[in-house]
Amino acid sequence: MTPDFVGSALQICLVMALAPGLQGWIKRVKAAWQSRQGPPLLQSYADLWKLLHKETLLPSSTSWIFRATPWLVLGCMLTAAALVPLVSMQSPLRLGDVITLIGLLALARFAQALASIDTGSAFAGMGASREMAIAALVEPALLVTIFGLAVPIGSTNADAIAAAGLASGFGAVGPARMLALAALLVVAIAETGRLPVDNPDTHLELTMVHEGMLLEYSGRPLAALTLAAFIKQTVVLGLVAALLLPWGLDAPLPLALVVLALKLAGLGTLLACIESVTAKLRILRLPELMATAFALGTLSLVAHGVFGA
Amino acid sequence: MTGAAVGIAIAISVLLSAATYAAPLWQPAPFLTLGLYLDPLAAWFVLLLSTVVFAVTLAGIAYGRAYDHHGGSRLAALLNLFVASMLLVIEADGAFGFLLAWEAMAVTSYFLVTHERREPGVERAGFVYLAMTHLGTAFLTVAFLMLYAVAGAWDFASFHTAAKALDSTALDLIFLLSLVGFATKAGVVPLHVWLPLAHPVAPSHVSALMSGVMLKIGLYGLVRLIWTVLGGGPAWWGWLVLGLGLVSAVLGVLYALMEHDLKRLLAFHSVENVGIILIGLGASLVLAAGGHPAGSALALAAGLFHALNHALFKALLFLGAGAVQQATGTKDLESLGGLIHRMPGTAFLFLIGAAAISALPPLNGFASEWLTFQGLLLLGQSSRDGWHGVAAAVSAGLLALTGALAAACFVKAFGIAFLGLPRSEAAAHAPESPTMLRAGMGLLAASCVGAGLFPGVAVRLLVGVVGPEIPQRGPELLTAPGGLLAPLPLLIAMTLGAISVMAAARLLAGPASERRVPAWVCGFALQPEMSYGAMAFAEPIRLFFRAIVRPERVTEPEHTVSPFFPSRITTHASVRPVFERHLYGPVSHGFLRGATLARVIQGGNLRLYLSYVLGTLVALLVVATR
Repeated sequence: MTPDFVGSALQICLVMALAPGLQGWIKRVKAAWQSRQGPPLLQSYADLWKLLHKETLLPSSTSWIFRATPWLVLGCMLTAAALVPLVSMQSPLRLGDVITLIGLLALARFAQALASIDTGSAFAGMGASREMAIAALVEPALLVTIFGLAVPIGSTNADAIAAAGLASGFGAVGPARMLALAALLVVAIAETGRLPVDNPDTHLELTMVHEGMLLEYSGRPLAALTLAAFIKQTVVLGLVAALLLPWGLDAPLPLALVVLALKLAGLGTLLACIESVTAKLRILRLPELMATAFALGTLSLVAHGVFGA
Repeated sequence: MTGAAVGIAIAISVLLSAATYAAPLWQPAPFLTLGLYLDPLAAWFVLLLSTVVFAVTLAGIAYGRAYDHHGGSRLAALLNLFVASMLLVIEADGAFGFLLAWEAMAVTSYFLVTHERREPGVERAGFVYLAMTHLGTAFLTVAFLMLYAVAGAWDFASFHTAAKALDSTALDLIFLLSLVGFATKAGVVPLHVWLPLAHPVAPSHVSALMSGVMLKIGLYGLVRLIWTVLGGGPAWWGWLVLGLGLVSAVLGVLYALMEHDLKRLLAFHSVENVGIILIGLGASLVLAAGGHPAGSALALAAGLFHALNHALFKALLFLGAGAVQQATGTKDLESLGGLIHRMPGTAFLFLIGAAAISALPPLNGFASEWLTFQGLLLLGQSSRDGWHGVAAAVSAGLLALTGALAAACFVKAFGIAFLGLPRSEAAAHAPESPTMLRAGMGLLAASCVGAGLFPGVAVRLLVGVVGPEIPQRGPELLTAPGGLLAPLPLLIAMTLGAISVMAAARLLAGPASERRVPAWVCGFALQPEMSYGAMAFAEPIRLFFRAIVRPERVTEPEHTVSPFFPSRITTHASVRPVFERHLYGPVSHGFLRGATLARVIQGGNLRLYLSYVLGTLVALLVVATR
């Protein structure tokens, strides 16, 4: 149970390298739905590189909170990236569990919401207000689903849940885990700020949530926040894959890497497809969506009681 | 203050040695011994009390100066009496001494609450507080008398022996009576109504003590009675406590979000956190009833650890609110803003408290909520047919909801008060708070960080209280099957990660250039009125949960020329006080009606009253001689 720091650093670098690519892939799939060619797969890397060299503009009313937030958020996401078993049966940084990971995401969200209010701008304040309200709907659904997976095996540790899924053979595609997968997908859509919860492509002030919080950022801090958002997307999808599609985690490393890339691309394609065929929900309808996820999470536990796996 | 330091030392030594000390002090009557008693459970609460009192006293040196000319000495004397009576409640050996100190605590805190009695609303708040606290004491007295009737002595050891002889109906009744009594003091929904009235009107260091410590005394009583005296009970006791905890937690935080008075907001958060503590206690009772001593110990430890943590960060936040009120003369969020530039130290310390209460890693609120989640996990595993699992998962979901809403609420409280542009002249020219006040806050903030980074150390102190079943290892939190929380290495990993990326960016692209520019508000100059206010911030949540919080809004357009061109629109938004109106309203109306009926026999004539006395005497004699 000692943490593997070299492994952690390697996994973090892997996620950092993959995350913008996943974003590029999702954009390509969406472009295909819209009969466009879309940006090149590596465009997100180029965007980050460009932002890195730009001047940083600080709104005049801001304090140290606005400056510190991008790096805190990035630090949270990097740590989160080492808490998920992505290419092996054990997550390299063995210092926490799924609840710790949820706590890290909450810390990042808290800091970013404060930084938005720090600007004094109404758009940023609106983004912060909506982000926190949506989080209040997402977190219960997430926790219920995690508990649905954790209670049968007695641990909230992602490694243990993944191992139990692998060990159960065909049980891993049983009704309980499929219901949990559906619930987690809804949660993943909300956590990654995608349609129908948030629209990642818009700067129209009436609809934006996450983009609203980024509005006053520029240059290197914006690069940090954008990279953090990409990493979060990869980590959330990686978590879904580890918890519910654990096959391939026990394969040798090169094969496990290929499997990981396939799983991420598959889940990314799914998100892109959902995003292409749904319209954004009115913010007042979000409780219904999240209540559905909550119910699915609870049902997964009931199904476990009934069907046994 | 020295007393408090001694208190900390004694408490820690008792916790480490896990011994029990008892001292019969005084025997005013043959059947009555007033003694002192210090076992690990009491010591845990002495530790909690001493730490908070030490910091609050430090801050009070500066904060109390504002009261120098309106009864400052009276305030200080009452404060000392209040602390002493709380200490006596914890250390009382026996129900008689317990109730005596309990009432002393109620009376001194009443006078502290009504210290500024000329301010509007203070008298009513004091009255509601006094009425509610006496209601609670009445229930407690009945419960204790029932035990005394069997035990024949007042001390808790005899009570424990007596409780074993009682049948289950009597035990259930004692449990329910004492639950009502202690829940009133702890501010559990629906008995919380006094709390959001009393805490905001008291001077802030008093609120810090009341919210941080006095509510915990109520919980101490509950643990003392159910665990030590009754020795646990059937599973439904636990489910009831767990349910009350969930309701308190969710409603407390929702009502807090609807507030924009900083101290009322904090008061509602006390309701929430007492709820979280009860979740741990309830899970522990259920697990104990089901024969899972290890799980029960872990859940109890979670509840008690959260009690300490809440005391630390809530006292810190109340002191911060007091600092803001002293600097700006207001506690209304809508007229604050930008204080981080004027009061950087206060802002930083308040931020630590805000992050801790929002259950964010690596602070102490997260550590104890993490442990509570683990307790719920064990609860979920404790039945064969699986319905415990569903109940535990839904409880965990509601606990997560509470955490997320608390984070939203403290983004609002800290963001609107300390960040952005100042919304009033007073906020624009606020002075930094006095050094002693910040020192007190700093002590509490350091404790929050310490308990957050080394939760294993705090939980190890609890071994004497809950039993040796909780797994231990170093400074980390551990649960039996592979659960581990190691906040310090986590923090180091976060820092290292952020710094290395920062350094890499610098290596790749050179040092960043920075420029200050006005924020973009569509080409206008940024005005404070444009920023998001506290009410606007909470609006989505108000709408999401409108079925629970029942928002009410009155909009009055004024127009001079035509109704289509209003010259001025006034809007009043409020939340319907459901409990006050639908639960307490009918009760108090009933009492008033009863009082009106009773007035019929009161003629105001002395001879009439004398004849009543004679009549009663005769009636009693007739009854007695039959």
